[in-house]
Formats: sequence, structure tokens, C-alpha cells
Amino acid sequence: MIKIANVSKVFENGKTKLEAVKDISLKINKGEIFGIIGLSGAGKSTLIRCLNRLEEPTEGKIFINDLELTSLNKEDLRLARKNIGMIFQHFNLLDQKTVYENIAFPLRLEKLGKKQIDARVNQLLEYVDLKDKKNNYPSQLSGGQKQRVAIARAIANNPKILLSDEGTSALDPKTTKSILELLKKIRDEFNITIVMITHQMEVVKEICDRVAIMENGQIVEINTVENLFKNPKTKVAHSFINSLQGNVEEEIINPKNYKGKIIRLSFMGDSAKKPIVSKVIRNFNIDVNILSGNINKLHASSIGNLTLELIGEDDEINNALLFLKNESVHVEVI
Amino acid sequence: MAEMIIPSILETIYMVSVSTIFSILLGFPLGVLLVITEKGSIWEKPLFNKILGGIINVLRSIPFIILMIIVFPISKLIVGKTIGTTATIVPLSIAAAPFVARVMEGSLKETPKGVIESSLAMGATVPQIVFKVLIPESLPSIVSGITLTIINLIGYSAMAGAIGGGGLGNLAIRFGLYSRKTDIMIASIIVIIILVQGIQFLGNRISKIVNKK
Repeated sequence: MIKIANVSKVFENGKTKLEAVKDISLKINKGEIFGIIGLSGAGKSTLIRCLNRLEEPTEGKIFINDLELTSLNKEDLRLARKNIGMIFQHFNLLDQKTVYENIAFPLRLEKLGKKQIDARVNQLLEYVDLKDKKNNYPSQLSGGQKQRVAIARAIANNPKILLSDEGTSALDPKTTKSILELLKKIRDEFNITIVMITHQMEVVKEICDRVAIMENGQIVEINTVENLFKNPKTKVAHSFINSLQGNVEEEIINPKNYKGKIIRLSFMGDSAKKPIVSKVIRNFNIDVNILSGNINKLHASSIGNLTLELIGEDDEINNALLFLKNESVHVEVI
Repeated sequence: MAEMIIPSILETIYMVSVSTIFSILLGFPLGVLLVITEKGSIWEKPLFNKILGGIINVLRSIPFIILMIIVFPISKLIVGKTIGTTATIVPLSIAAAPFVARVMEGSLKETPKGVIESSLAMGATVPQIVFKVLIPESLPSIVSGITLTIINLIGYSAMAGAIGGGGLGNLAIRFGLYSRKTDIMIASIIVIIILVQGIQFLGNRISKIVNKK
């Protein structure tokens, strides 16, 4: 659906050169909610802006459904952009226009008839639950309401792709959740591909199917969200997971401070329901000390993490580890 | 005294309103061009932008009194004469146009970059962005700019009075200053003050009414 091939972006300012995106290749499937997470300055915003060429890639190609976006001239690009909706951190609404007129804006660009516009805008107003705000101006709306208007505007022309550049970063947690629910609803009902840039792991956890982690202009890890939580490979991924509320294990637990072996278990799906820890204690001659634990609710499943200290003979501990692996629990020795 | 003041007020209103219209007709499009041809803007033409900016700066640097004399031939060509109320409209419009261009440039630039970007992302054309985004979004500031232009033109028109322009300025200088009729001079100045205050007040009100932000 979306194919990014060896895309780089270099910003040149006199003598200073900034490589914001370094040779990124990536495929995003149709109907997928794909997250790109990274700290500020990681280049994720530049990357998403390359997807509709608000930022011209210095090198590389971008394909949208086999159409090579990067080869289009200005006029063809303008037409192609109508198939790519975009929402922004600061909403970017027309302040001097009513909610109704803001949503009608892309339709007016198409020079649609008055009746057609009216029908579509009213339908969208209902969809984003803002019927009663129709004649209000953006300054009279809350942040969440503004983003709803922006979303309605972005999907007015039935685009195939929706880009979100930090679309929830200016919102409080509760509002963020409702916006994410709306985005999910849009994907489920219209099969739109959604690409979201964020620095909040909550967003990824809540709705993304897959996620890419960016650091210094490169993608350092790309995985399904389940697998990322189960088995994060990079340090950044770890720190993003730990940034979630209640996930504070690794920083506090230093294996050197313990006599026994420290292990981290990740449970997913059915394995979470079995009394695994008590089985370990009963079947093997070891003591188990629970150091920390948490459960992350992802949009499709839950992932539980448990950090344990195993105290006993090496042989017994190894057997216990083997047993855990057979119980389809992901085991990591710290 | 009233029979002298009232015709002068009407002359001033005539000169100022007509030259406001012409200076906006000339200056507003230039202001739009200054904004959209700037580097990084929606219709990038850096060289054109520099040349246009330069011409505007040169025109703005010429003192009004001198500009008025320079454009005497143009006034003669358009109006048929070089003195009198109607003839003064020509230099007034030419003098105010570059000012309007800069003021409008400032107003139009107030539109947040993100709003223009979101329009680009929706596939808007350059004219669509100018007429549906830039101008409507900066309307309150444009109104303030026009107010400023009118007040400036009242000042210019008073100066034009010194070289046969007509209006309140002419009255104040010719009768008040040269013939030492202090009462007429003071009366003219008071009327100009009232005009300026009234227009500023009205301009502020309109700008506030049209602003939905």
C-alpha cells in the first residue's frame, strides 16, 4: 500500500547539514494502523511529511498503491494529495471559519454543488459527534473538538490514507483516548490506512497494529505491537515501554544486587491465565522472589510482564527455565 | 467660517476615499505577490520577490512632497491638470500603494504556516490558498491595515495642500498659516483630528467584528 524505498532527507542551512532521515525503507499494509514512535528530533515528523511531499525527500522513492509519488510533477502531486488526508498536532483549522465551513473546505476545493456539500458535511458532523457545534468557530472549541473537526475535514474526500503528525500530542489523556477511538473507527469502517507519528507509547499501545521505532533518523526496530511489548530488542524500545505508567522495572532492578538469577517473563493470551509461577515452585527445588510485575492492555490483547529472582542450584534453575519456555512464556535472563 | 470648512472637509473625504481605493487596488495585489513569491512560500520566485521588494522600498523612500512633483506629468496625463483635488489623487494613490503593499504583506503573513500546509495537503491550488485561506484568515488584520492607510492618506492629503492640493490641509496652510487666520487653522486641525479619531475607532470596531478568533 505504502512503500518507502531508501528515503533520505537532508536539511542544508548554509554550512550546517542535518540528516533528518537516513535511508529508510518501509512497507505499510492497506488498512493497517502503523505507528512511528521516537523522541523529538528522531526524524519521524520529517518522514511522515515526506509521505505527501510536504517535505521533499532528498533521495529515495515513495509509492502509494504502485503510484510513484516522488516522480509526480506539481499538478499531479496536488491531485494525488487529495487521496491522502492529514491531521496535525495543532489542528491547523481556519480560525475565521465555522466548524461547518472548515469541514466543507476540501469539498469546496473540489467545486462540488451546494447540496452535495451540505449533505456530506452534515454526515461528517454527525460522524465526529459535533452536530451541535456546526456554527461555532474553532476558538470556541476544546482541543479534542478541534481535532475532531480536523479529522472530519481530512476524511471529507474519502482518502485512502490518513497521516497523523502528533495528532494527539496536544491533548489530555482522556481526550487522546477518544480521538484514538475515532481513528480506529474510521479505519474499521472505511479501511483507511493510518500512519501515525507519536512520542507517546500510550498511543501505540492503544491502537497501532505495527510500530517502527526511530532514533537519529533511522528505524532501529520494527515489529507488531504485541511482539514489541513481549520482546523489545533495542534500548529505546525498552525505555518507551518503561515510560508507560506503572512500568518501572528495569531501572530499579540491577542483577548485581541479587544473589539469584533475575529473569523477566512475558505472558500473552492464554499463558497469562495459567498458574505458572506456583507450578515452578512446586516442580523445582528453587525459591522464587517476585520483584515487579505489570500488565499492558493492547488494543487486541494483553501482555503481562513479571520480573523474578530465582534462587537455588544452577541445574534446577535451568530446568525451571526450560519448563517456562515450554509453557509458551517468553523468558529473558537479565 | 463654516462655509469655508465644510467644502474643504468634503474635498478631503473625496481625495482620501478615492485614493484609498486606488492605493489598495495597486498595493494589495503587490502585497499578495510579496507573500506568495517569498522563499519557502506557495509560489516561490525568490528573484522576482527581491526585485519587487526593492522597487517598493525605493518608492517608499521618496518623500511625499517630492514624489508629488515627480508624478506631475502622470497626473497631467490622467486627470488633465496638476493641481486641485482630483489631480492630487494620482500622487496620493502612488505614494500610498507601496505602503499598502508592505502593510498587507504583514497582515497576510500572520496566517499560521501550518494552516497553509494543511491546505496544501488537501490539494489546494495557489489561487485557492490565496482567496480561500490567506485573505479570509487575515481579514481582521487587513481591516486594521486599511484603517492605517486611510489615516496616513489624511496626513498626506494635508501635505498635498501645501502645493495646491485642496482640502483641509490647503485651508489650514493657505488661510491659517499664510494669512494668519489662526481660528481657521485651528478649526481645520480639529476637524482633521476628529476625522482621524473617528476612522481609527470605526476601523478597530470593524476589525473586532470580523475577527472570529
